[in-house]
Amino acid sequence: MSILVGNDTKLCVSGITGREGTFHALRNRDYGTQVVSGVTPGKGGQSVDGVPVFNTFHDAVKETGANTAMIFVPPVFAADSILEAEDAGIELIVAITEGIPAHDELRAYSVIKKNGRARLVGPNCPGILSPGKANVGIIPASFFKAGNVGLVSRSGTLTYQIGNELALSGFGNSTIVGIGGDPVPGTDFIDVIGLFEDDPDTELIVMCGEIGGDAEERAADFIASDVTKPVLAYIAGFTAPPGKTMGHAGAIVSGSKGTAVAKAEALEAKGVRVGRTPTEVAELAVTLLGAAA
Amino acid sequence: MDLLEYQGKQLFARHGIPVSPGRAARTVEEAVAAADEIGYPCVVKAQVQIGGRGKAGGIKLADDRAEAQEYATAILGMDIRGLTVNEVWIELASDIASEYYASIVFDRSAKAPLVMLSTKGGMDIEAVADEDPDAIARLHVDPLLGFQSFHGRRLAFEAGVDDDVVRSVGTMLAKLYDAFVAEEATLVEVNPLIVTPERVVRALDAKVTLDDNSLFRHPDNAELRDPSGEDEQEQMAHERGLTYVKLDGDIGILGNGAGLVMSTLDVVALAGGSPANFLDAGGGSKAEAITSAVEVILSNPKVKAVLFNIFGGITRCDEVAKGLIEAFEQIKPEVPFVVRLDGTNDIEGRRLLAEAALPNVFAESTMDGAARKVVELAAGS
Repeated sequence: MSILVGNDTKLCVSGITGREGTFHALRNRDYGTQVVSGVTPGKGGQSVDGVPVFNTFHDAVKETGANTAMIFVPPVFAADSILEAEDAGIELIVAITEGIPAHDELRAYSVIKKNGRARLVGPNCPGILSPGKANVGIIPASFFKAGNVGLVSRSGTLTYQIGNELALSGFGNSTIVGIGGDPVPGTDFIDVIGLFEDDPDTELIVMCGEIGGDAEERAADFIASDVTKPVLAYIAGFTAPPGKTMGHAGAIVSGSKGTAVAKAEALEAKGVRVGRTPTEVAELAVTLLGAAA
Repeated sequence: MDLLEYQGKQLFARHGIPVSPGRAARTVEEAVAAADEIGYPCVVKAQVQIGGRGKAGGIKLADDRAEAQEYATAILGMDIRGLTVNEVWIELASDIASEYYASIVFDRSAKAPLVMLSTKGGMDIEAVADEDPDAIARLHVDPLLGFQSFHGRRLAFEAGVDDDVVRSVGTMLAKLYDAFVAEEATLVEVNPLIVTPERVVRALDAKVTLDDNSLFRHPDNAELRDPSGEDEQEQMAHERGLTYVKLDGDIGILGNGAGLVMSTLDVVALAGGSPANFLDAGGGSKAEAITSAVEVILSNPKVKAVLFNIFGGITRCDEVAKGLIEAFEQIKPEVPFVVRLDGTNDIEGRRLLAEAALPNVFAESTMDGAARKVVELAAGS
């Protein structure tokens, strides 16, 4: 098994006719993901390399049975596209778009939470990869193979780095989930760690956090109370100066709370081992699970 | 984007939030003319985006023209914790009966706006939050519902504001919320929010942070950006659309993705080095963006060596290699470079670099190895 995306995923790509949208939709399909449709208003009836394009999510769901959406439209249109997918009954919405206005994000998140029928992952995330099954997003899949490590991360490229270190030590992944670094992520560490806890294929959970906010601290409490599987963590930003924004809208240090040191201490206090470098995370994985394959 | 106090007050005024009359001035002559127009006593306030202005001598009460001149002369050009004062705000002095605190922030844990109100304003509110957290009334607002009158009343009663100003404080909170939403702010803070002896409620300070991602919808606000708080490299990077933060060390860093760049800084520090900057070239960077980024990094004279740490997803390693080769043709750097390329099109990227045989460029295959190498090179040069 795996979580969130897999053999049952039927993907509809919003923004499929754009340059990046086309490239990644087809790349996801080449990987084996069922890419059943795309949405671009005004381009209904066209197709992108055999993938039918619709004007609305409602048409795409009705005609192709899409259950998962990938949002690839520019920031100014992204919240609207997320809300349209939700309104059309899509169950999982993966928003790749970076730079969505914070108040738009807040509104989209609040509607999804209130209606309680869809899950939003992202925005500003690299997507979700269940190796050997489905890839929804921009994660370079060739670096990863199927295995027993569930990986969840706030940062895209850091996910690849940690995933690659684990791969070099022989580990594969059940699923890799990028939750994104924005101030209002649709899905948190806690949500994903809970899913990994219930996933029989996941034996080790690796979480990859960074400075800013208190998502890692809250995850530490959740791990202590609700998680039986071993969890490893990595936190980026030990050398980040206080008060400076390091690119992600979410990565803002304020006071002592939200620093890398505070997060690492909160996790270690709950028995979660924290690797100081991506390489050390892989070494810790070996000590916990034994040398993999 | 952070606004200066007076820019925040002008924004407040547009939303009907009461502020004192004032004028901004960039020279002593302008400041004296502004003070004459506003009347005495008036307050001369340094306009810099940093706290502790009062303690640094950047806020003075002038009783007459001579004092206005004296204080404006002293404050303009003053250095406050590394920032030069280029502007002062001259404001009519207020009589104060009570000092409150009010703010609205994006609360990431609750994923909702958090409105806070306290009667312990005018001092270090973070100390109040630590020592007497119950002195701050807090309320999350459902963004789909918006701020209602009852929210204002609840906060005002809970904070224990004087009975006769419950309604006017509630109204001010409602208007602050309007401004927060309409201007797409991520922070609106008033400290102190004052009550005058005439029982008028007014914002005596203004701290406003606007969401950079929404500035395209607010062109007037976008023009308020104050580059005086940014140093030379940061301004240059900003103009080129790069995310750059200056640090104190001597190793230039370029990576793709904020998380990986932060991690690179940590790994370099663990290897005994000291990063000169954070630079996120972003996802999908083309060769020109890489060339441009190299220029920004090398414009910092402290840089003794540069580390490229790339794990390409949406970024293609061959584009990164082309950008670096182009940078060598244009700039001819004198410092050594260590380059680690993994991910999309990495084989092609490494081949391009090997063929170009750039002087003083060292390829490394792992992040740890690259960090150790660049630290060694920076120490040796």
